[in-house]
Amino acid sequence: MKARALLLGTAAALAIVPAALAERGSDGEVKIIYWQAPSTMNPYLSGGTKELEAASLVVEPLARYDQGGNMVPWLVDTVPTVDNGGVSSDLKTITWKLKEGILWSDGTPVTSADIAFTWKYCADPAGGCAQSEKYNDVTDVKIIDDRTVTVEFGVPKPFPYGPFVGAQAPIIQAAQFADCLGAKAPECTDANFGPIGTGPFRVTEFRPNDVISMEANPNYRDPAKPAFATVTFKGGGDTASAARSVLETGEFDYAWNMQLAPDVLSNMEAAGKGKVVSAFGTLVERIMINLTDPNPDLGDERSTKAHPHPFLSDKAVRQALSMAIDRELLVEIGYGAAGKPSCNVLPAPEIYKSTANDGCLVQDVEGAKKLLDDAGWVPGSDGIRAKDGVRLSMLYQTSTNAVRQDFQALVKQWWADIGIETELRNIDASVFFGGDPGSPDTFQKFYADVEMYANNFDGTDPEAYMANWECKQAPTPETQWQGNNMPRYCSEEYDALVAKMAQTGKLEDRAELAKAMNDKLMQEYIILPLVDRGRVSAHSNALGGVVMNVWDSELWNAADWYRAKTQ
Amino acid sequence: MFNYTVRRLLLAIPTLIAISLIIFLLLDLAPSDPTANLPLTIPPEVREKIRQSLGLGDPIYIRYLLWCKQFFINEPLNMLEQWLGWGAGDRLRVLSWQTRSPVVDLIVERMPQTLWVVGMSYVLGVLIAMPIGIISAYRQYSWFDQIGTFISMVGFSVPTFFTGVLVIVIFSVWLGWFPSIYDTTHEVTDWPSFWFQVKQMIMPVSVLALFNAAQISRFMRASMLDNLNQDYVRTARAKGLRERSVVMIHVLRNSLIPVVTVIALGVPQIFGGAIITEQVFKVNGLGQLLIISIQGGDLPTVQTLTFIFAVLIILFNLVADILYGILDPRIRYD
Repeated sequence: MKARALLLGTAAALAIVPAALAERGSDGEVKIIYWQAPSTMNPYLSGGTKELEAASLVVEPLARYDQGGNMVPWLVDTVPTVDNGGVSSDLKTITWKLKEGILWSDGTPVTSADIAFTWKYCADPAGGCAQSEKYNDVTDVKIIDDRTVTVEFGVPKPFPYGPFVGAQAPIIQAAQFADCLGAKAPECTDANFGPIGTGPFRVTEFRPNDVISMEANPNYRDPAKPAFATVTFKGGGDTASAARSVLETGEFDYAWNMQLAPDVLSNMEAAGKGKVVSAFGTLVERIMINLTDPNPDLGDERSTKAHPHPFLSDKAVRQALSMAIDRELLVEIGYGAAGKPSCNVLPAPEIYKSTANDGCLVQDVEGAKKLLDDAGWVPGSDGIRAKDGVRLSMLYQTSTNAVRQDFQALVKQWWADIGIETELRNIDASVFFGGDPGSPDTFQKFYADVEMYANNFDGTDPEAYMANWECKQAPTPETQWQGNNMPRYCSEEYDALVAKMAQTGKLEDRAELAKAMNDKLMQEYIILPLVDRGRVSAHSNALGGVVMNVWDSELWNAADWYRAKTQ
Repeated sequence: MFNYTVRRLLLAIPTLIAISLIIFLLLDLAPSDPTANLPLTIPPEVREKIRQSLGLGDPIYIRYLLWCKQFFINEPLNMLEQWLGWGAGDRLRVLSWQTRSPVVDLIVERMPQTLWVVGMSYVLGVLIAMPIGIISAYRQYSWFDQIGTFISMVGFSVPTFFTGVLVIVIFSVWLGWFPSIYDTTHEVTDWPSFWFQVKQMIMPVSVLALFNAAQISRFMRASMLDNLNQDYVRTARAKGLRERSVVMIHVLRNSLIPVVTVIALGVPQIFGGAIITEQVFKVNGLGQLLIISIQGGDLPTVQTLTFIFAVLIILFNLVADILYGILDPRIRYD
């Protein structure tokens, strides 16, 4: 009896040991499933999210973003700013100082040479580095001492946190990748599959497009972390079965990117084995309006500035299109908890979010009709509005995707209600987003009147994103149809705002400028934002410490994950 | 027979070269872009650089010849040198665009699970189908034949993406007997780990075996029926042979001829993997490799895989023809 009481007491004592006292590797195995399987562990050779996130368990940047979009020092003690002297007053240099005593997983110290090498690796023009955008305008990375580097930019950088910040730009080991520069990069299979890093885990076996086995990094900087001894990172299958393995069978602990119909997901969650978590970033599903004429008769000048659109260049028509849409209903049907209606193309972070356009949240069919009537677009005998022989009849294209086709059908109906005829078209995603200048079906060529897709930006700074709608960003035959300004919007006023932001360093002023740009696009109805799409993932009830993050890798804090006691 | 085999093998070479060219042209002319699946946040200039680094800037004939050189010359030479220890064996191999690693290594890595799951289901399917086919034909229109016909119709007409998900819902979600996700890193070292391997194979193997058995048992039944009414069967019975010998030796052997051809021609499909079933159970074998390479615009991998399938199909065509000759002494090729 006594022995039993003792045993019970010990068991009770064990049960209440808080997670913080756990030691490294004490919690066994954590199983993660990504329905898209990672192809490589080198984030510089693949821009795909799946690879970035898998690699984020192993390689780390100097600073990264937390769940609120705030920059947090990671391998450094402080994030350099103008105020603390880390960023020069001309905004052309930034100086990073590594934390003391950081080791690679092979036991050698991380030095400033590794940081400088990382830049050289990605900046090599023959290497095809997928993240070279992050190192734009870097002219040199100077080694000051063993732990300090200064990044020099060719132009003033009001936001100098591209290089070495976030999951896209982690530090790689110079010794391991020394022979992998430029054209040699793809040939270093062993290094690309098993990079040596500073993260909580290291790769023991990598099976491309299938499964990654990892174990706790013995040289991780916090001796008590990670709590898990091994990671099994399985890839492949489909979204529904990944969700099932976490929420229904409990075979896996964490599943990424649960793009499922809202009712399917909530049914699975009802099984009680896990929960769905979501967070909202900058991904906005939007309709882009073509301000130029996509008429096939125009030949080479189709969808170029040479010919304004016959009716979409009329602001009243664009505004009516926006007013006729019921964004709440779109969210309910397409995304459930994973979406919210948006009236801004720049919906986050909080300081950049404008409230000036919230009127779009309410559908206003009558208002839209009146607007069109006032502008002289009157219904013909077939119910389709026309003016001076121009009928309001449009081609609406998007990529092939069940939710997008639902959206198309709904929007077509609403537009029909206000007397606008819509023909629908969907194109395979790899062609639509493929950017092949030879294909007539790309979203850049925009051989349609309106098109729908989603886009966002990396990190938290919207400068490059808002510059997408600069005049010179319009895709044209001369630029091989490259460019992000799909509506072919061109406004001197807007370009001036873009130029001003490139020279403004103060955060509050930048926020004002970004909001002004967003409002201009919204109030001109160049872009019709529909849904702010969140990231949705699922984790089992037995996994603790998950903090969903849209600003960085979802697995950013995997070092803090632990095995939760299930009741 | 030997001359015939050699002649067929020699003839296969120009055929295969033509096939490789056709596959290459088809893949290359089809719209696909290896950077299409990257997030939109990656700017077009960077995409262009990635495409250049993959060699997409070269004209088409150079890329084709390069693939031929890498596949027909570098790969075999590397392999030879590494086996014999002559040289480094580090000539440039066919590299996948997605993983940036040698395609042949990817294929070798995926071979075991595909052979285990898809191969086992084929063997199992054949083993189930033969007796069902024989008995169904021998006792035509009996209740056994009716049930057999019903099951094979179900197996034939219900797609594996439905039966696969159905068994997962029943046996993984409700009953919790089997894992719904195949563990490719699992190694069989002792009885418990063998048992685990059996458990994780049961569902994919039986779903596929049902499909295979349905097909083959119908062939077996039809072929048996053709033979059972032949004169030689009546003669054998009239001679007083036991019924067992009549059916199992005379009728069966003759009925096997067309069935063996069907079975042999089905073998390359095993290597092709079962694209859908592999996806459903996350077996991640050759079928899954093919489908994600197609989705990712990874031309070298798709090209190499489809070419290997072409080789296997030609090879097993030959095997089927040779087996024909062995089973039927009347057929001689020389």
